Amino acid sequence: MKQSRLTACGEWVLERFPLASLWKDHMTHYYAPKNFNIWYFFGSLALLVLVNQFITGILLTMNYKPDAKLAFDSVEYIMRDVNWGWLVRYMHSTGASAFFIVVYLHMFRGLIYGSFKHPRELIWIFGMLIFVALMAEAFMGYLLPWGQMSYWGAQVIISLFSAIPVIGDDLSLWIRGDYVISDATLNRFFAFHVIAVPLVLVMLVFMHIVALHEVGSNNPDGIDIKKIKDKEGVPLDGIPFHPYYTVKDLVGVGVFLIFFATVIFYMPEMGGYFLEHANFIPADPMKTPEHIAPVWYFTPFYAILRAIPDKFAGVIGMGGAIVVLFLLPWLDRNPVRSIRYRGGIYKKALLLFVISFLALGYLGTQPATPVATNVARVFTAIYFGFFLLMPLYTRWEKTKPVPDRVTMETSLEEQIPVLIETFEEMTEIKPTATPTSPDDYNHPAFRSVFFSRRPNPEGIRNVAGRLAKKLKESLD
Amino acid sequence: MKKLNILLLLFTLSFGAYASEGVELQAADVDLSDKASLLRGAKHFVTYCLGCHSIKHIRYLRIAMDTHADEKEVLQDIAPFGASIYDQLHSAMNKHDAEKWFGTQPPDLSLIARSRGADWLYSYLKSYYADTTRPFGVNNLVFEDTAMPNPLWQLQGEQHAVTRKTIYGDETDLVLVKEGSLSEKEFDQMVTDLVNFLVYVGEPGQLERESMGKYVLAFLFLFLVLAYLLKKEYWKDVD
Repeated sequence: MKQSRLTACGEWVLERFPLASLWKDHMTHYYAPKNFNIWYFFGSLALLVLVNQFITGILLTMNYKPDAKLAFDSVEYIMRDVNWGWLVRYMHSTGASAFFIVVYLHMFRGLIYGSFKHPRELIWIFGMLIFVALMAEAFMGYLLPWGQMSYWGAQVIISLFSAIPVIGDDLSLWIRGDYVISDATLNRFFAFHVIAVPLVLVMLVFMHIVALHEVGSNNPDGIDIKKIKDKEGVPLDGIPFHPYYTVKDLVGVGVFLIFFATVIFYMPEMGGYFLEHANFIPADPMKTPEHIAPVWYFTPFYAILRAIPDKFAGVIGMGGAIVVLFLLPWLDRNPVRSIRYRGGIYKKALLLFVISFLALGYLGTQPATPVATNVARVFTAIYFGFFLLMPLYTRWEKTKPVPDRVTMETSLEEQIPVLIETFEEMTEIKPTATPTSPDDYNHPAFRSVFFSRRPNPEGIRNVAGRLAKKLKESLD
Repeated sequence: MKKLNILLLLFTLSFGAYASEGVELQAADVDLSDKASLLRGAKHFVTYCLGCHSIKHIRYLRIAMDTHADEKEVLQDIAPFGASIYDQLHSAMNKHDAEKWFGTQPPDLSLIARSRGADWLYSYLKSYYADTTRPFGVNNLVFEDTAMPNPLWQLQGEQHAVTRKTIYGDETDLVLVKEGSLSEKEFDQMVTDLVNFLVYVGEPGQLERESMGKYVLAFLFLFLVLAYLLKKEYWKDVD
């Protein structure tokens, strides 16, 4: 049979480029554990948001002007006069917050299933580097709209460098390129935001995935699936990434985009958390806003900074809160990965950590009253305690036996009957009126007119009791 | 547990202290689909505000387009004499004069509704009271020692601040002592129209955005259903 032109073209490329083997190694013959649950959507979603940020970012640069005199107005020009400019800008600004939501959840997945442990330490390190690059990217991007919060937020954060002894003042001057945040700062931040940091991000993401595919994915049971293989060397509990996880991730993408679009179209400011109200006032170096708060994704670290009385110690504390995450693979001395088989002490410590992280995040958005500062100090202590005491408490942990094969969870669809049953238990059907004539019984709406579903206090108490008991058990 | 309780208590206390600061704002009845109100608001803006404040991020043409009004009518009824339909809402006052007269340049109001909020604007415009210690003879409850004189005083009349003691501390009420040319109801409607216009100007595309949202979400739900069915089909053989 004679080859068509197109096939010949394809052959020509394939003889010169290992596309087929790349596809095979990383998609169709990359075996992922078959028991991934909801926590495993956030890696692919982070990639989706990254692509969103790239595309919308490129479109924004086409009309944005990195100039202290023009920047603010050029953003408004994009919002009003550029075709679809508002959509592109909201996709980018909402994407920034979505990125952090997705990445925080992705990191939390690592914490609960021990994805950072041997042999995946390097994946965790690359991931942490991505997180740091992302913070730099978000911080520099936030200066670009040149609003009051952009300006004063950058002023506060860069002045932190001046707390470093001896070189501090010169260092912050060197970063700003001026004595205050100015046009020079805006231009260099623009350069970093649109090319330098994104380039680093892409390379790190590439290495993160290469390292992952070298050792293979972890799973909710924290089991090494490569230990049990069939005759062809395929893990018994593994399934090819493509098509199984590509189609599964599409479902995650659908759910994510519904949330994403809801924010973009109905609440792009998210009550002042995604786009701060004060940032709709052009930057004014002569007027300091009453209350300077960073965007929500930096607030836990900002709260730590403010909680520590000395400025330099505060900077060390804030940096330390991130550095300590890098050390996680070596702080956790327990070889059991998944939280399912770990001891109660780790579960309780993790719960305390999550509470302290969320509380610090809230406190970082609020003005620093003396009471709030004291509360932030307690939570800062818990935050660091979780990591620094880890070498001790993970050794005392009483772990449970880890199975050889992965366990499958019941799917959402299978849980529907149970949910309906619980609903039935929590409610009861009560008569609301008495039928007066025999005709009433034959009326088509008989049930809905004379009976109604009301909450059943005893049933609710039973369900709540069972839930509390289950929660308590899950912490042991 | 005891410690935790104390912590929680401290936490709520700190929050309470913060919430009690400032004056309680009145809710503005903003409805961007009310095109007549937007046009009235634009008219009021040009009459009472444009003398000092610009809205440089909108043109008369855009106002006409978004309110489905006739361009000629917008020029005749709303825009100042001699303006072109392509003009932005620029104030004629220059920076030098403004600083001499008011001590500061009146800000551009393109985004004032997004930085301050509709309720703040509505309350601010209604909260002027006579205060002889101030250069223009008026002060404001919502924005103390504001540099702006009350442009609407002839319409609203003259308000006085009356302080009364309550168990929560001193509270200030505003009492109308001299009637203005508008009744209280008419004046509220006028301020509402003005705020409505400022909210629209803050983001002219917001109506378009919200009406588009439902189609996007409908598409995404359809996509989700298809993706879910596809996933189920592929995963049939995984146990």
